[in-house]
Amino acid sequence: MNASASRQPPSAEADPRQSGLWRLRGRWTLSNAGAMGEVLRSAPEHVAMVDARGVDRLDTLGVLQLMRFARRRELDFSAFEFDPAHQHLVEAIEDVGDDRPKKKRDYGFQAALGRLGFAVADNAGEIVALISFLGENLAKFARLVKQPWRFKPTATVFHMEQVGLDAVPLVLLLSYLVGAVIAFLGANILADFGATIYVVELVSIAFLREFGVLLTAIILAGRTASAFTAQIGAMVSREEVDAMRTLGLDPVDVLVLPRLIALVIMLPLLSFLADIAGLAGGISVGAFSLGIPPQAYLARMQDTFEMRHFLVGMSKAPIFAVLIALIGCLEGLQVKGTAQSVGERTTSSVVQSISLVIVIDAIAAIWFMQMDW
Amino acid sequence: MTSPQSPAPSPDDREAIITVRGLVNRFGEQVVHDGLDLDVRRGEILGVVGGSGTGKSVLMRSILGLRRPDAGEIEVLGVDALSEDPHDRHHIERRTGVLFQDGALFSSLSVGENVQVPLKEHYPDLADSLRYELALLKVKLSGLPADALDKLPSQLSGGMRKRAGLARALALDPPLLFLDEPTAGLDPIGAAAFDELTRTLQQALGLTVFLITHDLDTLYRICDRVAVLADRKVVVNAPLAEVERLDHPWVQEYFHGPRARAAQATRERNLARVQPQAT
Repeated sequence: MNASASRQPPSAEADPRQSGLWRLRGRWTLSNAGAMGEVLRSAPEHVAMVDARGVDRLDTLGVLQLMRFARRRELDFSAFEFDPAHQHLVEAIEDVGDDRPKKKRDYGFQAALGRLGFAVADNAGEIVALISFLGENLAKFARLVKQPWRFKPTATVFHMEQVGLDAVPLVLLLSYLVGAVIAFLGANILADFGATIYVVELVSIAFLREFGVLLTAIILAGRTASAFTAQIGAMVSREEVDAMRTLGLDPVDVLVLPRLIALVIMLPLLSFLADIAGLAGGISVGAFSLGIPPQAYLARMQDTFEMRHFLVGMSKAPIFAVLIALIGCLEGLQVKGTAQSVGERTTSSVVQSISLVIVIDAIAAIWFMQMDW
Repeated sequence: MTSPQSPAPSPDDREAIITVRGLVNRFGEQVVHDGLDLDVRRGEILGVVGGSGTGKSVLMRSILGLRRPDAGEIEVLGVDALSEDPHDRHHIERRTGVLFQDGALFSSLSVGENVQVPLKEHYPDLADSLRYELALLKVKLSGLPADALDKLPSQLSGGMRKRAGLARALALDPPLLFLDEPTAGLDPIGAAAFDELTRTLQQALGLTVFLITHDLDTLYRICDRVAVLADRKVVVNAPLAEVERLDHPWVQEYFHGPRARAAQATRERNLARVQPQAT
């Protein structure tokens, strides 16, 4: 049996002298799966024994097909004859036996209800985890006052650069564009009342109170929460965090607090820049589309400006910063050891940060309005 | 494929299934391979050894087409391995199985699904139930229990992951198998079991095995020839007895240091025990 000689497809023929004996020829391999199936299906009823010594090439699928054939026709597979060269393969497969994996039970509707229940319970658990993580961080931040050697200034400044400085171009650009869009939108509607000049207040109040901070927070939630989760998650899956703990370093001190402090410092600064960029957007639209010359625009803005709008906006910035940093870091620390887990947690941290930021912003807006601030 | 009892054909009359000539690999200033030549013969288990940084994995990746070498020619299964012709690449991919160091299983698929990936990719017309049965068979042939089929890679121990990776590498019954440090990180019993598995499957499926390893026990237990990478080339590619005699400082230290002597002693003891009842 030289393997390179013939490339014959699998075939079988009945032995003319011995009835019930079936001889196989050709290549019984994976590439001929279809042909093998056909030959076996068309086997006559009275086949009792198979002689596979004339087979050129036999692989695992070939043996498997023959075993299944034997089982279907209730023949004794161990009585089948094989070429000595194929003996090892057949024995290796026979040795492995008939184990099958246990069947999994999965009732459709019940399983779906169960998953829903688990999801709700999980979410409740996540909220509790977040609150407890907040507590832990506050406690350890307070500890920095008594044990200042725990503070990592290099890490903190590094994150300030990554989180703040590197985000400046992005925040400026996006805020400028949103400011311009608001100005356009407002002008469209106010023009009907001949009150186009009120666009100035619209952009200025909207941006200072809401959009400056909210936009910055959303941009950073997407950019920074995912970065924190991926960085810390990758460290967890490589056992770096475990290594830290065994060396006596507190992962919160080393990983979380620098990121938290960096974000709390930089988010208000970035919001301030966003405010300026948004107002600049309004001025540009006023100058180029609405026929409000910049001097007039700026004069009106100064007249109508009230410090409280700016303070209301800025007061939300540190809260958003804490939220984004905590969610990003917590999700990172909860990563399990796989690549898929890092991806899932990163998505989850961005979604959670953006959702919570918007929810808290809405609550704050209502509160400030009730308080008349 | 010859059985272990009949006399093996002399090494020179078995054809080369992999031919490497004049291979050069550079990483910036650092030259890892400089005019490397290697032959891997059909049906043999070739152990590839070398100190850390001698480019064993780089050599494997060059042969597999995962890295384009800076110079040289590589022929695998009669086809130019460096060709960009999809037909040539396909010819090699369908006939090669690779076990990466930690199994490299797809983490979002179960073991069974992992093994079915090459089957689905290259033989899409195969019936679902047949493909499932074939995957189950490969998993069991690799020494895993049937229940491992539905487990995710993250639920397996290191040894089981390697076996699952082996099952996937063998999914298409390839004539050529690459193993990258398969016994790294396994306990001695697990490592011995894996070596036995490699030997059994090699005989059953008629495989040619390119085995990168540091494990002296593996070399002494199952390798037909050993290729030593040193000085940016293959300094010797021959059966162990010949390699041990080579007058090269690294080879001498590797094969005559205390660990090597222990490995040889273990092998001699085992051979003496097995001899009376030939397998």
